Amino acid sequence: TPFKILKWNGWGYNDSKFIFNKKGQAEFTGKRYRLSGMVLPVLKEWMEKTLGASLEHKITSRAFLNTSDVPPSIVNEEFLQDLRATKISYSQEAEDRVFRAHGHCLHEIFVLREGMFKRIPDIVVWPGCHDDVVKIVELACKHNLCIIPFGGGTSVSSALECPADERRTIVSLDTSQMNRILWVDEKNLTAHIEAGIVGQDLERQLGESGYCTGHEPDSMEFSSLGGWVATRASGMKKNSYGNIEDLVVHIKMVTPRGVIEKSCQVPRMSTGPDIHHFIMGSEGTLGVVTEVTIKIRPIPEYKKYGSVVFPNFERGVACLREIAKQRCAPASVRLVDNAQFQFGHALKPQVASIFTSFLDGLKKFYITKFKGFDPNELCVATLLFEGDREKVLQHEKQVYDIAAKFRGLAAGEDNGQRGYMLTFVIAYLRDLGLDYYVIGESFETSVPWDRVIDLCRNVKERIVRECKEKGVQFAPLSTCRVTQTYDAGACVYFYFAFNYRGISDPVHVYEQIERAAREEILANGGSLSHHHGVGKLRKQWMKESISDVGLGMLKSVKEYVDPNNIFGNRNLL
Amino acid sequence: MAAAGSSRLGALMYSKELISKKRDEFEDILEERRQSSDLRYAMKCYSPVIYKGLSACKPSAIKYSVLQSEQVQYVIKQLSKEMGESTDIIQEEAIEILDEMGHNLHIGAIRFFAFSLSKIFKRLFQRVCVNEEGIQKLQQAIQEHPVVLLPSHRSYIDFLMLSYLLYTYDLALPVIAAGIDFLGMKIVGELLRRSGAFFMRRTFSGNRLYWAVFAEYVKTMLRNGYAPIEFFLEGTRSRTAKTLTPKFGLLSIVMEPFFKREVFDTYLVPISISYERILEESLYAYELLGVPKPKESTSGLLKARKILSDNFGSIHVYFGQPVSLRTLASGRIDRCPYRLVPRHLPQRLSEDIQEFVTDVAYKMELLQVENMVLSPWVLIASVLLQNLPAIDFELLVEKTLWLKGLTQAFGGFLEWPDNLCANKAVTSSLALHSNIVSLVNGQVVLNNVRMENGATEELVFKQALSILMCGAYRNQLLNVFVRPSLVAVALQMTQSFRKEEIYSCFIFLRDILSDEFIFFPGIALKDFEEGCFLLTKCDVIQVTPQEILVTERGNSVAVFLAALFRPFMKGYQIISRYLSKETKEAFTEKQFILGIRNFAFQLLQTGSTQCYEVLSSDLQKNALAAFVRLDVVKKMKTTNGFTYTVNKEALNKTAEMFDFRIPIKKLVTARL
Repeated sequence: TPFKILKWNGWGYNDSKFIFNKKGQAEFTGKRYRLSGMVLPVLKEWMEKTLGASLEHKITSRAFLNTSDVPPSIVNEEFLQDLRATKISYSQEAEDRVFRAHGHCLHEIFVLREGMFKRIPDIVVWPGCHDDVVKIVELACKHNLCIIPFGGGTSVSSALECPADERRTIVSLDTSQMNRILWVDEKNLTAHIEAGIVGQDLERQLGESGYCTGHEPDSMEFSSLGGWVATRASGMKKNSYGNIEDLVVHIKMVTPRGVIEKSCQVPRMSTGPDIHHFIMGSEGTLGVVTEVTIKIRPIPEYKKYGSVVFPNFERGVACLREIAKQRCAPASVRLVDNAQFQFGHALKPQVASIFTSFLDGLKKFYITKFKGFDPNELCVATLLFEGDREKVLQHEKQVYDIAAKFRGLAAGEDNGQRGYMLTFVIAYLRDLGLDYYVIGESFETSVPWDRVIDLCRNVKERIVRECKEKGVQFAPLSTCRVTQTYDAGACVYFYFAFNYRGISDPVHVYEQIERAAREEILANGGSLSHHHGVGKLRKQWMKESISDVGLGMLKSVKEYVDPNNIFGNRNLL
Repeated sequence: MAAAGSSRLGALMYSKELISKKRDEFEDILEERRQSSDLRYAMKCYSPVIYKGLSACKPSAIKYSVLQSEQVQYVIKQLSKEMGESTDIIQEEAIEILDEMGHNLHIGAIRFFAFSLSKIFKRLFQRVCVNEEGIQKLQQAIQEHPVVLLPSHRSYIDFLMLSYLLYTYDLALPVIAAGIDFLGMKIVGELLRRSGAFFMRRTFSGNRLYWAVFAEYVKTMLRNGYAPIEFFLEGTRSRTAKTLTPKFGLLSIVMEPFFKREVFDTYLVPISISYERILEESLYAYELLGVPKPKESTSGLLKARKILSDNFGSIHVYFGQPVSLRTLASGRIDRCPYRLVPRHLPQRLSEDIQEFVTDVAYKMELLQVENMVLSPWVLIASVLLQNLPAIDFELLVEKTLWLKGLTQAFGGFLEWPDNLCANKAVTSSLALHSNIVSLVNGQVVLNNVRMENGATEELVFKQALSILMCGAYRNQLLNVFVRPSLVAVALQMTQSFRKEEIYSCFIFLRDILSDEFIFFPGIALKDFEEGCFLLTKCDVIQVTPQEILVTERGNSVAVFLAALFRPFMKGYQIISRYLSKETKEAFTEKQFILGIRNFAFQLLQTGSTQCYEVLSSDLQKNALAAFVRLDVVKKMKTTNGFTYTVNKEALNKTAEMFDFRIPIKKLVTARL
């Protein structure tokens, strides 16, 4: 089971984490990432300066799960007998159940570190294939149990949290053993895959035969195909490959009513509302996605990173807008604001040679002194180009030419590559913060182009203000980046963290501020979510977001598909 | 939700009002001017703090960006499509509008003003007092968010004074929305423009291009944080010194960038400017009596030079606490309709938002009222008008002192000269206003007022002039007194103990007088409770769950309070009599004013009324508006403006409300 190699009370692999070494310098352990084993000499100073954190004020998580705190497993014997008869593996161990009782919201991690959930799954089952899932759902209907599907466990919307007042036995249906690629169809460039497969395994295995899906959400090391479908996921390279709704050709889902699927595997059909759209984003409320046919592409021959420095965020956004208008966005383009740019610098590893540091200094001089960019205003776009070499170079030139019109200066491949690498390690950083009284989280939205600047400014300002009002003693980190461009708008991602020393109920304060930030997003014309989903965290705004009638439509679907609320995680509706 | 919201704003206001108010200290800025060089002052280093998000640009750049804005371009295209005119021609028109309107802030002009205004102010005024704490808060606010200055409007001095003060305190000079009449004053108009004024036509509701250009111009300056924007909620100078009911057009324009979230927040700063003696006092009285107002012209201003030799006492400028629009709006209009339509399209305000704008306007005016400084003369004028034609000096002092106590108890912002005995304070006030009152043989008399029957028309006019001038000072007291006073009037009119009956009479009075005085919309009960609270506090009444009883000691206070508002009650009564007897067919407002004026003159000449204030065109217009509101008079739009017809039946019912009960002076007092 995964929790042997994964942390039980934080993000990611057990061997990978930020620590302060004996010299008091920050270091990233392990061997898995580019940053692994490196010393980060300026991170400490950044934490002190930006967040008011100090090495003297440390608060550590308990080291082991205290199994006596864990709510007992209540499962009736008749069900267990039926389950055993199916030969599907299962567990009632405390560790297994706790591991599947949460996602990665701040409050959930906080509970893991120093508390206990009120309600957790009573039993975990590991179906090995579609038919196993059918059997489990049948048993759940027969015994009136509650099923909560579990994929990679990377939810950040409280979607995995067990409803505290659920009296029925809660079955956590872990799809991780359904992880095979069932077939690859090279003529149509599709692959039929079991939904439990995790992103990185999927890409690796397809890669062995020269293909990829190109779907790379930031969580792809851990998140599963079924999870992507259930939450309407979005990948970093969606400009080349599309989001999950563009990639999926066929879905098979097991519901209490039976199995739902289309009769053919075609690129498009006009047969009433697309039933896939009832499934995508259903967040485990209707059934379990078991198998998916997904588009595949040959692995691109050439890949090139890049970056552009802009004098300010406004210019950067204007440039991204122009790129979107000309429909020439590279596979990925992201624009980080000044605070995040500085944050990126805090994660710079120790420079290997004097020469490199000299070059860095020269670059800095050129940009700030020669070009007159204000180091406290400038921002950076990171780029990723893919394709055949010639086209990539051509494409690159086109994009840099546009950037130049917005006073953007090319800032090298290395900066770009580092930007994307940070995406994967940044989640680890929260665990380090938690050790030093710093709590934080990210959240996202999508917004029309003309409101991007206003929304970013207002939401960041709102966070700063709310922190002040709620008695936060230190200035918060409130930063954003534009992570996706579309024809009609963009996806914006916020990071928000603060030092909670002096506050008695930090999680509550944190949640109030996050709620205020979400209100601000909505008031500025942003969406409730671009790809994180609704879960239970954002349910309160669903009616406002999709109208009474819209909500009624979804409810009536749920009513038909799952009248006894077997899939009772209570997300979304 | 809207109703709950509006009561919320109201509640906020009163909880603050009912506790004793703490106000800042004043500092006289002329003192320093009298001691150091004006020239050096005018040439001082001037580097005001600016809005943190400011992107610096010249006035010409602002004009250009207004012209090129999606908003203006959209309207130009629309108009071009509708009228078949080329966009170039309409664009030209827009440029003309911008040139006519735009300000041209120029440091040279400001220095010129700083120099000459120093000279003028020192001549005209004894003291110019400012609350420096308010200035500090403003300074803070200017750096944080765009700021809108909302001063009261009693005189042309208002905006000159404000710019002068901001210059003095090294704050960013405001751009001011001024009426276009100033443009007639050639040199002054240009100077004002260079000192930051921009001009708006008085009426432009029909002209879409003008509206679009104007609105975008204001919003561009606001979003940019270019400079604080200043305008008068009252729309025009109040001729009666009562706060005029607010206008909403400009306010809704400056609020829009926040509604659309183009700015994070906007600060609204209420500013109360109080004059011990108003420069235009006699001009206003003439105007109210129907002698036409002289057109603003430079030569007219020069003629006004003779007033330079006169003394106009002190000015108090109180900068109120900056009010965050975001805070006001929180929970009320988060769900606004701007999310579903591109923000540059002109959009009619939703009802929710309209209601919110109205509430904010009233709230800001009430905040202005709250910090208006009352001079001893205001009290003297109030006493005097209840004791015409003359009052013994000693008695006047005694009554003034008594009224001082009452005013303070009601939360009025009184500036009583320090260390001055009451006698001296009254004497110096009388001296300052010797054009209105004189001290003759120990008697204080209102000039020209004899109160005899059978006067000539000229005499009536002269008396009216004095009374209206004096009334303008009494009026300054009325906004502080209006709630308890209307309770007193209601007690008098109903001759009843029953709370319910008194309350319904109060509602009637509040309703009919809602153009005369500033009431926050929709909170009649709170107003009533506040009135009762203040009266109870002063031991005038006792309130039980069902009854309101006047105490024996409180009787004289109640009578005084009711008498304070008698001119309005009487005036409305006379007007309703006129409407019922003298009007037949449809009439215009002009005809109405002429008619009522003649009617009133006759009554005053024969001595059948002493209510000179019914001659005030302000009261007449307010009364007409009130009758329209009560459906007593029907207002209809015709090709040449509006005409009115009277619904006699409804009028009789309303007249009954006044007629029956009002003359009875004595209140029923309870034995307690």
